[in-house]
Amino acid sequence: MKHLRPVNQKARRIDELASLREDVVALQQNPQPAAQRPHIPMGCALAFSPGWEVDSAGGTAGLCQPVERDIYDCYVTCFWPAQVPDHLNNYPDWASKCAAATKDWRNLDLVFP
Amino acid sequence: MTASHATTTATRAYRLGEFHTFEGGGSRFLYLVPAGAIFELDEAAATLIDLLSEGETPHDRLIADLAARGLSFEDAEQLIEEMFYARAIVADPSAPAPPQNAPAVFPLQTLVLNLTNQCNLSCQYCYEFGEDKVATPEGKPKFMDFETARASVDFLLEQSAGRRAIHITFFGGETLMNFPLLKRVVAYANQQAAAQGRTIDFSLTTNATLLTPGIIEFLSEHHIGVTVSMDGPKEMHDQLRVFANGRGSYDIIEPRVRALIQGHRTRPITVRVTLTSGVTDVLRIYRHLKHDLGFHEVGFAPVTTSPNRLYAINERGMDSVLDQFQALAREYLEFALRGELHGFSNVSDTLAELCQGVNKSHPCGAALGLLGVGPSGDIAPCHRFVDSDTHALGHISTGVDRAKQGEFLRRGHIDSKYECHTCWARPLCAGGCHHEAYVHYGDTGHPNLHYCDWIRGWTDTCLRIYGAISAQNPGFLQQFAERKAL
Repeated sequence: MKHLRPVNQKARRIDELASLREDVVALQQNPQPAAQRPHIPMGCALAFSPGWEVDSAGGTAGLCQPVERDIYDCYVTCFWPAQVPDHLNNYPDWASKCAAATKDWRNLDLVFP
Repeated sequence: MTASHATTTATRAYRLGEFHTFEGGGSRFLYLVPAGAIFELDEAAATLIDLLSEGETPHDRLIADLAARGLSFEDAEQLIEEMFYARAIVADPSAPAPPQNAPAVFPLQTLVLNLTNQCNLSCQYCYEFGEDKVATPEGKPKFMDFETARASVDFLLEQSAGRRAIHITFFGGETLMNFPLLKRVVAYANQQAAAQGRTIDFSLTTNATLLTPGIIEFLSEHHIGVTVSMDGPKEMHDQLRVFANGRGSYDIIEPRVRALIQGHRTRPITVRVTLTSGVTDVLRIYRHLKHDLGFHEVGFAPVTTSPNRLYAINERGMDSVLDQFQALAREYLEFALRGELHGFSNVSDTLAELCQGVNKSHPCGAALGLLGVGPSGDIAPCHRFVDSDTHALGHISTGVDRAKQGEFLRRGHIDSKYECHTCWARPLCAGGCHHEAYVHYGDTGHPNLHYCDWIRGWTDTCLRIYGAISAQNPGFLQQFAERKAL
């Protein structure tokens, strides 16, 4: 850490953990991490996401990647223009009333650009 | 990435986490309470703390405030992220971490053998015989026999599986009143440990009245650590450390202590001082024991007593003790900055804990890694509870009563001490001595509220010293880096 200098052993362990933190690496070019460890690639184009599929009964809860997750993938982490409001520039609060998508998905409203 | 990350960073409102700030050696430090971690702050981090001291601040405004103080936006973001990661600053809602249970099996490390409950002195403040005693020795053996001692050694070896180094402390009564047993235990324990390829080391506490050249030679030859109970120069020592006829014991022990320090060359000889109402001249006691007599280290503890005893130290007396501790601690710091060892062990002990960053669930190892065994074979949480029927945790022939041990540990756990939950000194104190709590409040699990301010004052002093050493002579702290328990 740059601003906190660890001076006992517990602090050094926190410092080590901080340096090991996984960042979002898939779409970052610069700075390129020196040695990439196994990580979860971010973004729908890079991982197999079942996306909008439903199971045979029409439910989503049993999918490995339920639809609610997919909304966030498009909204937060994806560079691709997707059909959800963009989080970075125009609609940072779009999901702020939706703490748990499985329960609060009705609060995800339409936006009118 | 998950929703939580997305919806937080920009909309977070930050406030200060749980920490204690202090200065040392010209630098500013954070003692992070939930972790026991110590960080030195740079100017930017100190600025951030000052900003948040004024109240909860949203992310964007904090960035703007930091930028107004000369930080680049990128640096401000990184600073906030670091401080947030270390939990020096927190954002709502931050629920406290759920309580952790003690591990179901905790390997034993130290066994304290009370070789006898008999003593040739009649120190008035003694917790084993004095007015506040918890022991109920009536009808029990006065001296431990070899069968009980052997069973204890076997018990220690069996219950400490996985530990490389284990420890036996001989205690009393007056330990040396049962020296023949001590010799046999050392021989037996060494032989049994060697058969398992492990090492065992020994120490004893004594009032020094019975030391002879032969005993000193044995102790030295077998690397047995010795702590002498002694209260200072003659006029202080003799106030309460007396024989049954009231005669002081100083003149008897002084030549023996000198012979011990002279003749025992394999382990440093330490002394433990009990402070009482008439015996609070810490500086003079220290000078006498360290320089006149030549002890390696001197440790002090106020007497454990209910508050109405004549020898109890009142609040003003405790303030004076703290002032003198601080003066002696400043001297310790001067020594440390020159790379020299000072003999005030209260500082060394605390620095060692700060160096590790301990964060205690319980005030000490009693009933966890340490148990006491009385002459009758009763198992107690520690030597202070030996021979007490109320506190017995089983018998050496049948092992630890896990239900009783669990109850003792549940009561003594920091989670059950409500008053401690907002105290920044709790990682080190954890509510304080179980025995002290029992004498004061009748409950081993009661936090020792009568010395909270004192403990915070003393912990702050030790933190400042730790900070100054880490800033100006960090190599000195290396000696504390090794863990005691292996």
